[in-house]
Amino acid sequence: MIYFDNSATTKVNSEVLNTYNKVSTDFYGNPSSLHKYGEKAFQLLTSSRQQIAELLKVKPSEIFFTSGGTEGNNWIIKGTAMEKRVFGKHIITTSIEHPAVINSVKQLEKLGYEVTYLPVDKNGFVRPEDVKQAIRKDTILVSIMAVNNEIGTIQPINEISEILTEYPTVHFHVDAVQAIGKNLEDQYMNDRVDFMTFSGHKFHAPRGVGFVYYKEGKRIEDFMTGGGQEAGQRSGTENTPAIAAMAKALRMLKEHEDSSAKQQLELKKMLVDHLEDMNNVTIFSPVTDKYAPNIICFALHGVRGETIVHAFEEYDIYISTTSACSSKKGVESGTLKAMQVPENIATSAVRVSLDDTNTKEEMLLFINALDEIYNHFQILN
Amino acid sequence: MNYTEIMVRYGELSTKGKNRKDFISRLNGNVTKVLNGIDNLSIRPHRDRMHIQLNGADYKEVMSRLQKVFGIQTFSPSIKVSRDFEEVKKVALEMMKEIYTEGMSFKVNTKRSDHNYELDTNEINLQLGDYIYTEIPGIAVEMRKPDIKLLVEVRGDGIYLSNQVIKGAGGLPVGTAGKAELMLSGGIDSPVAGFLAMKRGVELEMVHFYSPPYTSENALKKAKELTGKLAAYSGPIKFISVPFTEIQETIKSELPEGYLMTIQRRFMMRLTDLIRKNNDGLAIFNGEAVGQVASQTLESMVAINEVTNTPILRPVSNMDKTEIIKIAEDIDTFDLSVQPYEDCCTVFAPPSPKTRPNLEKAIKFESELDIDGLVQRSLAGVTETIVMPNETFLDEKDEEISDLL
Repeated sequence: MIYFDNSATTKVNSEVLNTYNKVSTDFYGNPSSLHKYGEKAFQLLTSSRQQIAELLKVKPSEIFFTSGGTEGNNWIIKGTAMEKRVFGKHIITTSIEHPAVINSVKQLEKLGYEVTYLPVDKNGFVRPEDVKQAIRKDTILVSIMAVNNEIGTIQPINEISEILTEYPTVHFHVDAVQAIGKNLEDQYMNDRVDFMTFSGHKFHAPRGVGFVYYKEGKRIEDFMTGGGQEAGQRSGTENTPAIAAMAKALRMLKEHEDSSAKQQLELKKMLVDHLEDMNNVTIFSPVTDKYAPNIICFALHGVRGETIVHAFEEYDIYISTTSACSSKKGVESGTLKAMQVPENIATSAVRVSLDDTNTKEEMLLFINALDEIYNHFQILN
Repeated sequence: MNYTEIMVRYGELSTKGKNRKDFISRLNGNVTKVLNGIDNLSIRPHRDRMHIQLNGADYKEVMSRLQKVFGIQTFSPSIKVSRDFEEVKKVALEMMKEIYTEGMSFKVNTKRSDHNYELDTNEINLQLGDYIYTEIPGIAVEMRKPDIKLLVEVRGDGIYLSNQVIKGAGGLPVGTAGKAELMLSGGIDSPVAGFLAMKRGVELEMVHFYSPPYTSENALKKAKELTGKLAAYSGPIKFISVPFTEIQETIKSELPEGYLMTIQRRFMMRLTDLIRKNNDGLAIFNGEAVGQVASQTLESMVAINEVTNTPILRPVSNMDKTEIIKIAEDIDTFDLSVQPYEDCCTVFAPPSPKTRPNLEKAIKFESELDIDGLVQRSLAGVTETIVMPNETFLDEKDEEISDLL
């Protein structure tokens, strides 16, 4: 099997799973319990938080555990809306965000908040000057993703940050779910970013766990109210097995981040080079430093994306139409639509997403299969 | 830069006349202790300064440890060069370039203990100064208050260059003032009191009261970890833990609530004093600040102090809380002190303790108790451990946990 759908989710690493199992069976105390066994679980939680903070060069108190990317995005957006509602009700985001962001702000619109959805240029990039123009006196939040999940554009977070330094009270949230571990930190982690969302299952940790970076001194409303876990901001008994597993997965990811990003870029280059030689193909993710090293979105004109996905299945190769979250609904890609890609091309787009486990051999096999599928449909057309 | 030695200048001890030799040998011992574990060093104390030859050891690590040794006024990393003057020029220029930024001024300051050297002091100053002045465009020469002072020392075995002067911890070498006990609770004030005592050359032993099961294991660990922080300034410290549960329970059940605190403190003082005596300590230090809490009013001090004639020194007694916190932050004990593990002072704190206890009443109430028996049973349970510099206890790097992560 060749799994090229890593932006949707990744395989849990076996060592990471060992940690999950061991914590579930040997350290299952509740971190809030007073006794030694609970204390041990608390230590594990503390050490996990510390490890993640160290890996990201932030403070442990700035890391809050969540159930994943969707929760992180929901919390930061709605938490900001609730906390800052007396100062304003205007939110700026983009038209290419993940549904966890888009649908959170849409929900806020129903409650009377106003949302500006920034357009992107024809290549899928937000223009920093658009951010500047959209800012109003009552703007409370700017939420922009670091790496687009559908085509892999790296958004100009640093330039936007520079603009936002003039508006220090506006919360700046970056959805970094697709960006972590791709050796892109210097392109989105900077002092002006107040909040970031991360999800464990995008880097070989189990589902149902993630974390947010929540800058010291900033304040958003609590998300889950209850027993006061996570400094009272996100109650619910901590998912220690998954949290420890995620801390380990992040360490393993970071240990070879540089070389694995290079390796993924190599594979991406192989595929893009190949696609460039084909007719009736549109490539949305060229090989430049403005795109993530692991995502290749392209369209084979005249064939629907889902047809291509199914055709690859025959080869035991798994890719995706644009993003997994919307792909089953048969709707066209939000990002490509925002880029004003014609509908007939947008609906024929597919996404290949790599990670550190993929090999050159796999890519060669993939390219072979691609050629066969391509020829097959060329003949039909 | 490839520094070859660190030159250490003594502090206040220069003024200590005939005791000088003791001071220097104590400082030598303390420096040796803190640098323990760094290989290849050779430490040579002289009358007015100490030379630490690095022999390849990491100078940054050595300097960061020296920064915590009391009795050191300043120190300078230096490079030993051969007596070839061309070589001296070359290395001096490199050193200057390393720290020079636009607009800085400099002077050359030569000391020649080897009078056979080809150039005399003035010649060295002039020639080296000229050379640097021409090689670093824009650098200014300033005799009175230069930003950079390039020190050149001509000795028999070579020429030593340095151009940075780093401030040391000051104070007197720990141990030169004798030994005393510190009553260490785990709060913010007592570690600061300990730090200030050590700065005046006092060697400390920690006395910590604990009351299981009212206090948790973590309260004890916290006190030990605070000791580890202080040990970074003095070398290993003896940590003495004193069981206090029976005394507290007895006082609580037998005596009027208003005097709980006063009488508890009198017991603590008695026990500390006995421990001091057994360990040949000369005084007792604690972290009391006048008026801070009920037990720290002058009236309370009168009522508590009465159990002994031993000098009780309170280095933070006249400080504001904010001043104490500032020092606690500087010595890195603050974050630890504010961790919420209850110590035995708070567990049995009565809701409204007497802020003006009466000594006669305290003595009268107390006399109903078997003071000697209580004290002796507590002393019998005393345990002692040696805490190493920066030793940690709270998040003992649990191997099981690090394996999981």
